[in-house]
Amino acid sequence: MLFKFRNSNSLTENQVTDEAVYKQRRDILKKLGYFGAGSLLAASTKATAGPFDWFSDGDKAKFATSALNFSKIQTDASSDVLTPMDKATSYNNFYEFGTGKDDPINNAQSLNVEPWSLSIEGLVEKPITLSYDDLFSSFDLEERIYRLRCVEAWSMVIPWVGFSLANIIKKAQPLSSAKYVSFQTLYDPKQMPGQRSRFTGGGVDYPYVEGLRLDEAMQPLTMLSVGMYGKTLPPQNGAPIRLVVPWKYGFKSIKSIVKIVLTDKQPPTTWQNLAPDEYGFYANVNPRVDHPRWSQGRERRITDGGLLAQNRIDTLPFNGYDEVAPLYKSMDLRKFY
Amino acid sequence: MLKINKPIRVNPTFMQVIRLLGHGFLVMWLAMVFYQGFTDQLGGDPVQSLLDFTGIGALNLLVISLIVSPLAMHLKFAQLLPFRRPIGLYSALYALSHFYVFIAFELQFELKLIVSEIIERPYITVGFVTLLILIALSITSINAIKKWMGAKWFTLHSLAYVAVILAGLHYLWLVKSAWYEPAIYILFSAFLSILRRTKIKKIFK
Repeated sequence: MLFKFRNSNSLTENQVTDEAVYKQRRDILKKLGYFGAGSLLAASTKATAGPFDWFSDGDKAKFATSALNFSKIQTDASSDVLTPMDKATSYNNFYEFGTGKDDPINNAQSLNVEPWSLSIEGLVEKPITLSYDDLFSSFDLEERIYRLRCVEAWSMVIPWVGFSLANIIKKAQPLSSAKYVSFQTLYDPKQMPGQRSRFTGGGVDYPYVEGLRLDEAMQPLTMLSVGMYGKTLPPQNGAPIRLVVPWKYGFKSIKSIVKIVLTDKQPPTTWQNLAPDEYGFYANVNPRVDHPRWSQGRERRITDGGLLAQNRIDTLPFNGYDEVAPLYKSMDLRKFY
Repeated sequence: MLKINKPIRVNPTFMQVIRLLGHGFLVMWLAMVFYQGFTDQLGGDPVQSLLDFTGIGALNLLVISLIVSPLAMHLKFAQLLPFRRPIGLYSALYALSHFYVFIAFELQFELKLIVSEIIERPYITVGFVTLLILIALSITSINAIKKWMGAKWFTLHSLAYVAVILAGLHYLWLVKSAWYEPAIYILFSAFLSILRRTKIKKIFK
């Protein structure tokens, strides 16, 4: 006997109300004259899901993703067991939507990504602005399977769809004075509850910002991702466009990017601002440099299965992407963690 | 503040029913969450979910067990007092489960790692000390031992106040940035200790 305790957000096909029936319901309500009062109540319950879901009417719509066209690229992680999509899309750190791991999937479904505007500016010859459609059509999309190692000592294997960040930077033609690249997440407290108060947003000073050295940004592994598992990104994973730097801890891979600026100085980064003794600018995956409060020597790989199927594996330097090691030649990685 | 002078007295059968429901609820809940963990129904990382559930559960139960006495005195509701021991024992059970999940599923019985983590990571050291206190209090809550210990028993069991503050510290120390919730636990525990200051002082003199 297997009890299945379903998550509030794992809807099945047969639970989807037919649109015609759904609209009919509203018509009936309207005719009864209850609609005004009803929508007032609905506005106060918002889209927060939780143990009290029984009291909401379950109208919450899931964010719609669509299939992408891409070519598959053989990667170092292609032979690794993929993390199931439902885990990679329901266990997220995205404090803009709350600090709990399931807050993003519960609170981000109504994020509006269309229209979107991503600008590449700063020390470049030709600043670029990409609209929502441009994100998917400006460059050839590739599927690359990467390992993702979180600073919290768990990891996943995810098939991302996107293109090398280098493509877009080359197109903007960086000036010779450009040394660093800074990134910024959307700032929209109306849509992102975590940005409304320090209590729900984990004490982060929003907008979330990240940065790379220009040579790190030009490394072909570094990608801008617009999709995962063959489809456009869901909002909890950083829709419509996010960074993926597979040899660095996950927090470097900034989500829902609106701005990329080339600079001559090392840009501030959110986690470094928050706790400089625990999170550095580089944040390269490094089993020999522990987080001050926990070991980084090993990691728990999230794949299928329950408690008994957990596999703990050794964490590799640069998360196994040795080709990036020359970027840090002659640098003391204990000092520049 | 509302002053209630009349002692509260309810039907003992009713209290017995509440007690049984409480047992059922706390055992079933723990069993259910473990079951969900084994059958992969606890989200992306079942180990983390279980650690969070058992840890927060143990802390909540410990706080509740310490609220019982001041509440019973304030309301003049003596029938609440027998609830202290089972709630405290459940707190210890949840804390033990928390430790078991940590060594069995987080560290997967890598003995060397278990020892080094407990010694080297301050928040784990603090958590481990809390667990030892709760185990000591659980064992000495057996009636025969309690009788045999006499007045010393009360001194030992004041360690519950130390435990609740250490548990709050353990929680505060492990969060990445959202320190508000653990801070609230610590402040509340400090408040509880202040409420009982005369009793605690008497014992340590």
